[in-house]
Amino acid sequence: MFDFCTDPNALESFSWWSCYLTTGKHINFYISFFVVFALLIVTVPLILIFAFAGALLRQSKILPLRWIGVIYTSMVRGVPDIIFFLFVPIALDQGIEYLRHKAKCSDWTETIRQGNDFVVCQAAKMPVGSSAQWIHETYGFFLAAFAFSIVFGAFAANTIYGALNSVPNAQLETGSAYGMTQRQVFMRIQLPQMWTYALPGLSNLWMILVKATPLLFLLGVEDIVYYAKELGGTKTARFTYPHADWRLGYFIVLLIFYLGLSWVSEKFFDHLTSKVSKGQATLSGSS
Amino acid sequence: MTFNKLLTGAALIATFATSAVAENKTIRMGTEGAYAPYNFINDSGEVDGFEKDVGDELCKRANLTCTWVVNEWDTIIPNLISSNYDTIIAGMSITDERDEVIDFTAEYFPADPSTYVALAGASDDAINGIVAAQTSTIQAAHVAGTSATVVEFATPEETVAAVRNGEADAVLADAAYLSDIVKASNGALAFVGKPVAIGGGIGMGIRESDGELKATMNKAIASMKADGSLAKLIAKWFDGRSVEY
Repeated sequence: MFDFCTDPNALESFSWWSCYLTTGKHINFYISFFVVFALLIVTVPLILIFAFAGALLRQSKILPLRWIGVIYTSMVRGVPDIIFFLFVPIALDQGIEYLRHKAKCSDWTETIRQGNDFVVCQAAKMPVGSSAQWIHETYGFFLAAFAFSIVFGAFAANTIYGALNSVPNAQLETGSAYGMTQRQVFMRIQLPQMWTYALPGLSNLWMILVKATPLLFLLGVEDIVYYAKELGGTKTARFTYPHADWRLGYFIVLLIFYLGLSWVSEKFFDHLTSKVSKGQATLSGSS
Repeated sequence: MTFNKLLTGAALIATFATSAVAENKTIRMGTEGAYAPYNFINDSGEVDGFEKDVGDELCKRANLTCTWVVNEWDTIIPNLISSNYDTIIAGMSITDERDEVIDFTAEYFPADPSTYVALAGASDDAINGIVAAQTSTIQAAHVAGTSATVVEFATPEETVAAVRNGEADAVLADAAYLSDIVKASNGALAFVGKPVAIGGGIGMGIRESDGELKATMNKAIASMKADGSLAKLIAKWFDGRSVEY
């Protein structure tokens, strides 16, 4: 990066470090922190959508809808994450490619499943093979975000389902007695009050989500843990900046990062909890 | 660059459907990026190593546009099969077991003996104790067949670290990978036991349904062998090792 970095072997320790820490690979490492944040920002709204859909389906009065809700929450929660993360993105990717294939390559004569292989025509590839690597990575990232949302959505659905049912029934009945419609009771009484019950569970999930981000690498997204491992690994004389096994140092940096993130989240959820329980005769609120 | 230009003559008795495949074909090369000198991520964050040089040269000769993709070793075969990339060029030895799932091109690197490495001063018995190897490698399969106990790790780096911290008595891996590590260890690590000849040469993994690409690559590999450029690259990356092709 700097002009004086041309011959690392001749450098003093300070300039060596300033060169070492600004190599292309380190820059990628720094960028990958933003990838983690981006994942969190993209998944949280999706998770809440899945969660509300799941919770509302579970308490639906229509039996088949209720079944869908129950099957979603119990099945997804029961399958080990790692299996889920290997299965969903690949299945999703193949599903999308299959549909595109049907639409775009109707003249294709070969079968799509050839033994183990999944083969679609070139135009149906998602993204198209010739697109730049960053497009492939962005696509992979969104597949990953989707998989995360389905899994964490199921857990959050259960939390929200429980929270909705924790709002004292007497209050809902009072609402009806005042002549509110069911919808009004839900929007004005049940929904605002359920947050105070849901937040402890949701904050738990958030912490787990933050720690689960290294699973990204299973899906081909290079995250901070991948880079820490890769940068910290022994570098032999083949590399410009040879060094011994420094993984411990890099992992300590990650440790500080994750602890810092947890600390900030804790503060945030404390603040949120006191906000949503204001004026409520419930859990942590004042009466 | 299209396939069409390349597959002149008889090879171009293609149906309309297959010529649609050929348009705008970019070949995505899948590698692990953690096995110097075969393949690794250099300090600028790019794929580098013997296989990067070979792969780029093969693509040039075959008139293909190639891009490089890094994928974890554990899932490198499943991701090839589901077409996330088109080749595996990651120091993968040709074995019957893998050949059942994917196809291999001709070898571009001859069979390389695997060696054991242990802490300096360890006796040869180390190879019968606890031996570290990377998951789903020929070395892991070999150790499982000996009297030693195998412990498997996801990356080569971790197998060496296991020896350093005493979790394993020895590590078994390709000689070329370990000799760099031993050299860089300032005498902390040393070779033990005898090298073992396991596995065939190293070839490029290709989907079984992709016969076209396999033929193209085989042709390019043959031409690199014929004019000595492959031998030159091997000498460059493997301390002047000389190979007869």
